[in-house]
Amino acid sequence: MSAYLSIEQIDVTFTRGRTVSNVLRNVSLGVDRGDFVTVIGHSGCGKSTLLNVVAGLVEPATGAVIVDGVSVAGPGPDRAVVFQNHSLLPWLSVYENIRIAVDKVFAGKKTGKERHAWVLHNLELVQMIHAKDKRPNEISGGMKQRVGIARALAMEPKVLLLDEPFGALDALTRAHLQDAIAEIHQRLGTTIVMITHDVDEAVLLSDRIVMMTNGPSATIGEILTVPLARPRKRLDLAEDGAYHHCRHQVLEFLYARHASRAA
Amino acid sequence: MTATVTRLPLPEPEAPPAPDVLSPAPDVAAEPPTPPTADKPGYILESLRRFAGAIVPPIVTIMMLLAVWQWLCADPTALFPSPLSIWEQSRELITDPFFNRGNLDMGLFWHVSTSLQRVAIGFAMAAGVGILVGVIVGANSLAHRAVDPLFQVLRTIPPLAWLPISLAILREAQPSALFVIFITSIWPIIINTAVGVRNLPPDYLNVGRVLQLNPLEMFTKIMLPAATPYIFTGLRIGVGMSWLAIIASEMLLGGVGIGFFIWDQYNASRIADIVVALAWVGGVGFLLDRFIALLGQFAARGAAAS
Repeated sequence: MSAYLSIEQIDVTFTRGRTVSNVLRNVSLGVDRGDFVTVIGHSGCGKSTLLNVVAGLVEPATGAVIVDGVSVAGPGPDRAVVFQNHSLLPWLSVYENIRIAVDKVFAGKKTGKERHAWVLHNLELVQMIHAKDKRPNEISGGMKQRVGIARALAMEPKVLLLDEPFGALDALTRAHLQDAIAEIHQRLGTTIVMITHDVDEAVLLSDRIVMMTNGPSATIGEILTVPLARPRKRLDLAEDGAYHHCRHQVLEFLYARHASRAA
Repeated sequence: MTATVTRLPLPEPEAPPAPDVLSPAPDVAAEPPTPPTADKPGYILESLRRFAGAIVPPIVTIMMLLAVWQWLCADPTALFPSPLSIWEQSRELITDPFFNRGNLDMGLFWHVSTSLQRVAIGFAMAAGVGILVGVIVGANSLAHRAVDPLFQVLRTIPPLAWLPISLAILREAQPSALFVIFITSIWPIIINTAVGVRNLPPDYLNVGRVLQLNPLEMFTKIMLPAATPYIFTGLRIGVGMSWLAIIASEMLLGGVGIGFFIWDQYNASRIADIVVALAWVGGVGFLLDRFIALLGQFAARGAAAS
């Protein structure tokens, strides 16, 4: 296995009282450096669990996650997570929310001045510099998510993990953030693993789409390579045959072959 | 009456309506609505009207109560003095809180400030120890299971029931009074802090874990600020209870203090003076509560809502 991020034969079981439930079974996946991979599946299929395993927040029963040759043991800033509900600390300003991460990750590596500049640089990247002194409850959901992305990027992660980051946003805001993340990926070449349940989002953004079967004991059903050139334009894709082909394949997997049993 | 764990409704800072990002340069977003400064006289008049609307109803209520009271107790043989006779009997006490003729014959300001000093010391100790213990108990599930039942029992013991024990051990009035305040107000602080830490959104902890914060940083940067609204609920309940406790314990301990003053006047059959002292007790208790609430609003800032 020479992939940059390598997930190797992961099994995850949760024990609650006397019931043991097997959430993921034998999941293996390799992600190359700079790849944008999305994981799609019905809700409850364990895709968030998979992300949490990579993040180190959930420990697998068996198997291992290897990032850049190093086996994952616990969470760390090299695998920064953007959580679904942004999880900005509400008592800190936008600037301070990123500063707390930068101060921790670059302690001893950057001077105070450099850290300040780095925070501003990342805010600029997500076009949120104008709100740097606002508190999270003073900005909209889309803006919070932008700040969440900036905080994760500011850690200079080897792998950026996005856990349904746009799930709670309205369609227009979601489209803007998708464009933003695509542009950031293009510009920085960050390796990204994103969880989603939105087929269009998956096809629009990813190099490969990982389709999960339904749980319990979910595993990877199929991996689809998206052969669309970048940068991708939302409007042009609407008439692109390859785009529709990919979309159709994902839809067929999700709704014909692995329809959700509990809607 | 004691430690409720529900959060008092700290008024949350109102977020201005923030339109979503539609253009790449959304500088206009989240601008707070500008007050109508253009029409200045109208604006002043409007805020005056609002002020009057808040202040007039309680004043009218108080006047009516005083009138009814006066009417009920106007008879000179009544057991309880009317407002006018209180004014006549206790005029010096009401108008000059600062006189000091020594030998416990002093204005109410001095009695109240002595009591307040005791509350300040006892309550500060309770806050320090209570928050620390509360965080430990809240963060550690085993510790919580081990001590929570004990706390739930101890917190129901009335303040005065502690007094004989503390007198027996500490032997002197002043430390005993402080101990009673401490032991009365610490339970709601511990319990509410623990609830705040237990209710910590797991996402905040995950943020801390991804950043690899050490236990001390986790405590100061995540747990403490996240639990702040709960902590201040505990502090508010605690300060109210310590004010209850000090009045009661001073009645037994004697010396200077508003509690002893009330008891002393009772022994001297000066009911009018007691009524004046009660007004002070109520007023100071109210101010203490508002003070902690304001402090909480300032400290919690955005923490109440995300």
